[in-house]
Amino acid sequence: MKHVYGWLLLTPAAILLIGFTHYPAAATLWDSLFSTGTVVRPSRFMGLANYAALADDPIFWQVLGNNFWFALGTIPTSIALAMLMALWVNDRLPARALARMAYFTPTVLPMIAVANIWLFFYTPQIGLLDQIGAKFGVASHNWLGDPNTVLACTMAMVIWKESGFFMIFYLAALQSLAPELEEAARIEGASRWYFFRRVTFPLLMPTTLFVLVNATINSFKLVDHLFILTKGGPDNASSLLLYYIYQVAFSFFDTAYASTLTVVLLALLASLALLQFQLVEKRVHYR
Amino acid sequence: MSAAGRRAPSLETAAAWLLALLWLAPLLYAFWAAFHPVEFATRFDPLAPLTLSNFTKAWAYAPFARHFVNTVMLVTMILSAQLVLCTLAGYAFARFDFAGRDIAFGLVLVQLLVMPEVLIVENYRIMSRLGLVDTILGIGLPYMASAFGIFLLRQTFKTVPRELEDAARVEGCSFIGVLWRVYVPLARPTYLAYGLVSVSYHWNNFLWPLVVTNTVQTRPLTVGLAIFGAPESGVDWGVISAGTLMAVAPLLLAFLLFQRQFMQSFMQAGIK
Repeated sequence: MKHVYGWLLLTPAAILLIGFTHYPAAATLWDSLFSTGTVVRPSRFMGLANYAALADDPIFWQVLGNNFWFALGTIPTSIALAMLMALWVNDRLPARALARMAYFTPTVLPMIAVANIWLFFYTPQIGLLDQIGAKFGVASHNWLGDPNTVLACTMAMVIWKESGFFMIFYLAALQSLAPELEEAARIEGASRWYFFRRVTFPLLMPTTLFVLVNATINSFKLVDHLFILTKGGPDNASSLLLYYIYQVAFSFFDTAYASTLTVVLLALLASLALLQFQLVEKRVHYR
Repeated sequence: MSAAGRRAPSLETAAAWLLALLWLAPLLYAFWAAFHPVEFATRFDPLAPLTLSNFTKAWAYAPFARHFVNTVMLVTMILSAQLVLCTLAGYAFARFDFAGRDIAFGLVLVQLLVMPEVLIVENYRIMSRLGLVDTILGIGLPYMASAFGIFLLRQTFKTVPRELEDAARVEGCSFIGVLWRVYVPLARPTYLAYGLVSVSYHWNNFLWPLVVTNTVQTRPLTVGLAIFGAPESGVDWGVISAGTLMAVAPLLLAFLLFQRQFMQSFMQAGIK
């Protein structure tokens, strides 16, 4: 009887999960082995030809590289800032509720709205960045039009958006640390910096690992801003893997190749998940 | 929250406040641009005249009312479906020792990683086969069976003492009766936290709604805002800022009122 009830309760959710997660994931793998069908030429089996095309596609390697730099440029900085914010907000900072609110607010805003606001900062000449630069005699610069600066511009915005979110995990971790540690350090006459370096930072390590893996997984899903700021340009200098998948599928209508790219994305996410799983297994608990 | 730390030195206090100001600046700037005529967009004159014309222009320029209705319908539909489906599934995983339970649970957790927006290509194909492209149901359907919700409710239901269930059973409650009278009321804080995260997520979600909608009748706020704010639309900064603020206002206001609850809910969502 418990078997019947158990499965009966699970069925509605299971149907939707299979229909929109497991089946499409399997279908993606399957479709990546076929060519994109057209009216005159139906889809046919290609073996691994799409993967060979992928290996020869310079844009694929470029967006993958961009994803790497994007992760490297945003995650360590966001984590450092998040830690700093949490330490400050956890201290007896005057009006710390207000500071905490300021740090966290970007998290609740949609990426599209954020990009709308930041677009104005980066616009050449009339934009805020150039206007401020002009006051100091700096020449106008097309921030989002220059392949050398565009990725950094999107990274600055993402750091601003994400740091406050990571802060709350550090805040929770800090509040679970034993107050006696701080007492003892004070009696011993340890400096604030020494206490942070030798006590707080190592104790926050599990949180840091946790945030690190989650931030990396997240960095593959963050593409909304590209629709407003750059459309992936110039010359794909700011494009990311998921955005490229969108373009291939819905602008170039090459769904088979888009599926092949999706398989790469799924493989990347799966390996990150395995890494996360191992970290959780090994994770030291200080509670 | 406990004030465990010692008082920060004044230099650090200044730095903390500078960073807070920097973090608020983009939003404050959007307010400035929205409430002032366009010629003051970069001239921060405290005596600049205030205006509401950017808001009226934005409202007239894009079908905001329609986008608002669509977004509200979308988040309500998704949340109500999620609450029902995740409650039933969470209850099954927490209290029924059925065959294949652990494998099924593992398969549910896959969705934590493979969110529907990663599978836009196949999910679009499925929606067109179902005839659900450009419908609000089509936007919401992939999110309704939420692995996160199932997981969260399973954890909560597991903490409910068995004795409560047994007592209700003795009183003649059915399985569903026990769920409704014992488990659901005790899980109220979890429902609140989950509801906040779900509403924020879907209010802000963009990629999948963009892919699956193509008319004003179904587009939610984020998609409408993206079309409205695109540089090629030729709308000026004040109007874009006004539109952006209108789109984020409900959620921002809710956050300012219930800050602590928001942060705690987001944290639970992150830790999983």
